[in-house]
Amino acid sequence: MIDYANLFIKSIFIENMIFAYFLGMCSYLAVSKTVKTAVGLGFAVIFVLTITVPLNFLIDQYLLRPGALGWIGPDYAELDLSFLSFIMFIAVIASMVQLVEMIVEKFAPALYGALGIFLPLIAVNCAILGGSLFMQIKDFSGITESAIYGFGSGIGWLLAIVAIAAIREKIAYSNVPAPLKGLGITFIITGLMAIGFMSFMGIKL
Amino acid sequence: MSNKNRALLSDPMDDNNPITVQVLGICSALAITVQLKAAIVMSISVMAVMAASNVIISLLRDLIPNRIRIIVQLVVVAAMVILVDQVLRAYAYDVSKELSIFIGLIITNCIVMGRLEAFALGNGVWRSFLDGIGNAAGYGWILILVAFFRELLGSGKLGGFQVIPDFIYEMGYVNNGLMLLSPMALITVGIIIWIQRSRNRKLIEQG
Repeated sequence: MIDYANLFIKSIFIENMIFAYFLGMCSYLAVSKTVKTAVGLGFAVIFVLTITVPLNFLIDQYLLRPGALGWIGPDYAELDLSFLSFIMFIAVIASMVQLVEMIVEKFAPALYGALGIFLPLIAVNCAILGGSLFMQIKDFSGITESAIYGFGSGIGWLLAIVAIAAIREKIAYSNVPAPLKGLGITFIITGLMAIGFMSFMGIKL
Repeated sequence: MSNKNRALLSDPMDDNNPITVQVLGICSALAITVQLKAAIVMSISVMAVMAASNVIISLLRDLIPNRIRIIVQLVVVAAMVILVDQVLRAYAYDVSKELSIFIGLIITNCIVMGRLEAFALGNGVWRSFLDGIGNAAGYGWILILVAFFRELLGSGKLGGFQVIPDFIYEMGYVNNGLMLLSPMALITVGIIIWIQRSRNRKLIEQG
């Protein structure tokens, strides 16, 4: 149990998707102008990550990794399909995003309108594919672990995008040097926030 | 080569740079700029993937139904990335280990998808090829610039060779370890944007 709690904290703060690995920077920079849309996109990312990471874990475990096909019969035990992992993962992610899009459109039309173009773009958000690829590298032992990792990473991403959106709302009123306006200052603020998040690195879990 | 085609190659270098102006492909640009060597390999890989997938999508552009074009694009890009990944594993295993998941993340690198959507779906094969090469080069030179400063100031080396001579260290110079950590990548790109926009004032954002 305590291992799960550690993994959860670690994936939120110490290995934060944005500040430690820069995953999902494109949408992070594009959708962080107001807090409201940032929160919407953040929750969509949490949702998709929590579903796709365990799903891809199963695919990796029972289809792709060396020897994974052993459950069909001894003839298949030597097959190594791991070179297919990119294409399998992205296919799972793209279809899940399509599904989420349909569900949100049906049950929460207001949210669907607010998220607009960003929902389909989650399919090409590096944080989602990155979550699955890190899951493969980290060699998790079970589906619970990978689900917790996906959920925690999503929360970390939400924290980061909401924080920067709040800062950008305020900074609109301050006197930033003209060439730094918009993109430039956002990069530098993110850098400073990342330095803040580095203080979590000393925590041994 | 006509002027219009030359613009396809030169625009992404400055006025329409993928990273500093279009804001595409930031993730990988920041994460693998600790060492010059990794940055160069990454730029070449992105160039190969972009040129190839731009050509393929441009060839198929009249056949792809509009509704499923994102999936088709993802499949084409993923296939190209698998090829690059396998080649790297075979011929440059150390670098491929170092790039870890970021080769795979070329698939979701917005720069590739962005150019497919914005250019290859509506233009001929040769022009799409040039557009792919041009944008990958614009991406690559920012990557290499960031990596140059991070490796030089962070570990006193370039491409793995020590360039800051020993007597400077003996005089008390110390490498700035912070340059190797992730925050300085963001700040370095921020400063590059600052310099570029002070020189090229039409890029300044209003508002």
